[in-house]
Amino acid sequence: MVSLVLDHVGVTLGRRAVVQDVSAAFGAGTLTGIVGPNGAGKSTLARAMLALVPASGSVSIDGTGAAAMPRAELARRIAYVPQGQTLHWPLTVERLVGLGRLPHLAPMSRISDTDAAAIERAMARADVLELRDRIATELSGGERARVLFARALAVEAPALIADEPLASLDPGHQIDVMDLLRAEANGGGLVITVLHDLTMAARYCDRLLLIDDGRIVADGTPAEVLTAGRLRAVYGIDARVETGGDWPTITTFGRAR
Amino acid sequence: MSRFALPRWSLIAALSLLTLAAAVGSLLFGAVDLSVARLIAAASGDGDRVASIILFDLRLPRTVLALGVGAMLGLAGAALQGYLRNPLAEPSVLGTSNAAALGGVAAIYFGLAEIHPVVLPLLATGGALLSLALLFILSGRAESPLTLILAGIAVGTLAVAGTSLALNLSPNPFAAMEIMTWLLGSLENRSFEHVWIALPCIAIGMAMLLWNGRALDALTLGEDAAQALGTDLRRTRLRLLIGTAIGVGGAVAVTGAIGFIGLIVPHLIRPLTDRSPSAILLPSAIGGAALLTLADLGVRIIPTTNELKLGVVTAFLGVPVFLIHLMRERRLW
Repeated sequence: MVSLVLDHVGVTLGRRAVVQDVSAAFGAGTLTGIVGPNGAGKSTLARAMLALVPASGSVSIDGTGAAAMPRAELARRIAYVPQGQTLHWPLTVERLVGLGRLPHLAPMSRISDTDAAAIERAMARADVLELRDRIATELSGGERARVLFARALAVEAPALIADEPLASLDPGHQIDVMDLLRAEANGGGLVITVLHDLTMAARYCDRLLLIDDGRIVADGTPAEVLTAGRLRAVYGIDARVETGGDWPTITTFGRAR
Repeated sequence: MSRFALPRWSLIAALSLLTLAAAVGSLLFGAVDLSVARLIAAASGDGDRVASIILFDLRLPRTVLALGVGAMLGLAGAALQGYLRNPLAEPSVLGTSNAAALGGVAAIYFGLAEIHPVVLPLLATGGALLSLALLFILSGRAESPLTLILAGIAVGTLAVAGTSLALNLSPNPFAAMEIMTWLLGSLENRSFEHVWIALPCIAIGMAMLLWNGRALDALTLGEDAAQALGTDLRRTRLRLLIGTAIGVGGAVAVTGAIGFIGLIVPHLIRPLTDRSPSAILLPSAIGGAALLTLADLGVRIIPTTNELKLGVVTAFLGVPVFLIHLMRERRLW
């Protein structure tokens, strides 16, 4: 069973302490949302989990320190969908999804049957099989988001971290992406995602970490974390949180006065 | 998939055949009109002395250099375009070819080139290595391509300024003319001594750059995603810097500045592949070898009063490639 443990993690970029003293443990089969205002340190925290920024404290995956782990080894354990749908070169969808197999390839080897099967599975799960021969840079935002997810799924890592995967997607595609993340967790994956949409976070996530100014303000189920008082304190907004349904729904009214 | 994409090994085989044809052409044709029969006799060891000297001392080193330098420039262009994720990148963006040129110019300016024919290429290679050290100092440990481009511009500008200074202060018009002629780039009168200087540099350079293929593919997703896929960005950049500086530096050291091969070859090759950065590396090397050898053949058989300089011909070749890109951008074609 995969586990990810953060122990007093801090990140300083330039002179600013962006993440401070974050401790949390994550396990298999759970979808965790990281929420908080712009600039709270959510993305930096996600990057620290992947050892993409130098961090104090310790990040360990399955009991081993991430910073000391060889990059390819870490890459086989945590797949990552970065923010912003970056694509610098007009690759075909199949070729792009195939990049997810890079951590598994031995030096100078070609893609094996196992890799090809993993690429097919990933494309099927993200529903991009019919886009296989299209050029990825020419896809719509929704298609592109699914393709980049397929690329991360092709790694077949036990853990997946997605940074703001819903940005610039319409409501239908947002639901598609959240369904994908949910399915990964239901299949036994450790899934962590940075989100801005609180109702989506409340609806899909098992657990939420509310971050403000680099620190964890609240950690628990969506109903425990998302209270009107906390939203006012952290986001500076007046909001109504309705808890009567299957998940809390949040209606925002305006800036808190 | 591009409309024109070929299976990888068919593309490599086709380009290799083209390169072979160019190399044979380069051995058969030249300033002196020798019959094929005389050349074959010379090649088999029982030909006349003149044919033998022309074949082994003039045309063979020239052909080997055209192949090696062309391959290095084509590969370096493809690797840099992939690494910097910029289709306009070419080997000179790191400033090493200008630094190598400055080393060569210094050899001419101070009269050292007259001591022995290998002094000039050795000093030019030294210039390239010095620029590599400067690049390391200037770009530091940062992993962003922007710092590398800025450092490359600084090194390149410094080298060009030094070359201009040498032209400015040259004691007489003949010295200035000699410098200018060398700067135009040529494979004329190169011997096996030049080959032994350039080839080891080119071999190191090509090995370093070909090794980077996977990292370049991962970088199409951006730096964070590439690292999260297991790419070591620092080592990738180290191989790119050393490969380009030593390989291109060694090439420019014996030929003078030959532009545009590194820029245009990847553009000609890309539509024939699946467009991933790794897929164009080897084909760009082979294509570069073919193009430079053909250009050098053209230089020899186009009748002009002075021999055309190779760098001039490649510069003219670069223009139509850009025009085609411009027309595609404007959707005129």
